[in-house]
Amino acid sequence: MRLLPSIYYRYRRIRKNLAILASIIGPGIIVMVADNDAGGITTYSVTGATFLYSFIWIELLLGPVAYVCQEMTVRLGAITKRGHAEAIFDAFGPFWGWFSLTDLTLTDVLTIVTEFIGMTAAMKIFGISPLLTSIAVILLIMAMVVQGRYWTWEKIVLVFCVVNLIYVPAAFLVNPPWTSVLRNGVVPGFPFGLNGTVFFFLMANIGTTIAPWMIFFQQSSIVDKELKERDIKWERLDTAVGAVFTVLVAIFLIIIVATVLPGSNIQDAAQASIQILGINKYVGAVMAIGLFDAGLLGAVCISLTSSWAFGEIFGWAHSLNVKVTQAPWFFIFRLVILSVAAGIVLIPGAPLVAITLFVQVIAVTLLPAALTFLLLLLNQEEVVGKYKNSLAQNIVAIAIIVAIITLSTLFAISTLFPNLIR
Amino acid sequence: MEQAQKRRKARGFGRIVAKIREVNRRYAEPRIHMSRGVKIALLLLRVYLIFLVLVLAYKFITSFKP
Repeated sequence: MRLLPSIYYRYRRIRKNLAILASIIGPGIIVMVADNDAGGITTYSVTGATFLYSFIWIELLLGPVAYVCQEMTVRLGAITKRGHAEAIFDAFGPFWGWFSLTDLTLTDVLTIVTEFIGMTAAMKIFGISPLLTSIAVILLIMAMVVQGRYWTWEKIVLVFCVVNLIYVPAAFLVNPPWTSVLRNGVVPGFPFGLNGTVFFFLMANIGTTIAPWMIFFQQSSIVDKELKERDIKWERLDTAVGAVFTVLVAIFLIIIVATVLPGSNIQDAAQASIQILGINKYVGAVMAIGLFDAGLLGAVCISLTSSWAFGEIFGWAHSLNVKVTQAPWFFIFRLVILSVAAGIVLIPGAPLVAITLFVQVIAVTLLPAALTFLLLLLNQEEVVGKYKNSLAQNIVAIAIIVAIITLSTLFAISTLFPNLIR
Repeated sequence: MEQAQKRRKARGFGRIVAKIREVNRRYAEPRIHMSRGVKIALLLLRVYLIFLVLVLAYKFITSFKP
């Protein structure tokens, strides 16, 4: 007799939880999927072409690594109601604050340049000029915030995130040898040996896992979305789902390129798209669309990161929940960042390759600081209260942060001195 | 006309400087509890950044060496 009410109660509870999840889900998925930006797509494409399926197990490990770092920003943002830039100024003073803010802005502008390089290259495949692509992208990004509602902006960006998953069905179109994928991809090992080139790609893949802007972005978006202490568990789930998505994109992209272009000497994702287009026009088109979408997601999120950070410090209105006229500096600053980045890409003969390499170097000047500050703040009871890191969380976080800092630094040094490691 | 423009520019620049000073004043006192662990972490961060600057400077000098 009690069975029916019990089933109904459970149904109601599940429905309620799903409704809460649907309203909270966003920042975690967006930051994780946007992590697979144009630069990330190039890294996975070249990795797939060079080492076939053998790097898949590494991508599987990088999902939890990204989750551990981003989960800390969830707690910090929900408890302090402050973005990461403001938290650094407040806790560590003006020296570290200005250092983080200026370095973040420089890194962001240069990273957005790489996003525009990816987007214009992808659209060129469809015969659209770089100038038209750049203008359309800037207009689209600015139009998304005109309504003055965070919710609207977030749902549009989530659609872009879903588009980023286009690589998953596309992988089935190229008929990969699944037994070989499982045997060589999931079982840890280095079938190509552990030489300098393998180590370089290892560093490049780990380097794309956590970028400085991600820490600032997720914390600020949690504040802008007004998530509270009680929402932390849902936001953790959101971040975990995002980590699964980011790993899926990386793995399926590697599978596509390793299956269609094994051993080919490609330099970037656009080149991979063009070559695949000659073999399978649908998959080639998917590759180009995916590259454009990755660049767009990167440009959307990274431009917002700096605007939020400057708004927090200079006291400008800095929310997506306000109209352009109510927060003019927030939107003007974002427009300027996007225009400068697009302008650099459009300059004939601009040193785009040098900029792409320089981004890696500049990013490692900020990443250790951002991660260290995050860890220190998460150990202050007066800052995060009962959400302070436990001993186990600290051991895992310190191990991950030390590994990321070491490998990112080695990657930056090997970018500056290519003959040193390779 | 030119002088008025110069004055306006100076006022704009002055406003930025005043804002930066205000930010510096607002966050002058670091609020974090400066335990030994925090001090060591910040020291290591400084050493790391100096190391990176030296690496970049070396690269810059050797790149432009005739």
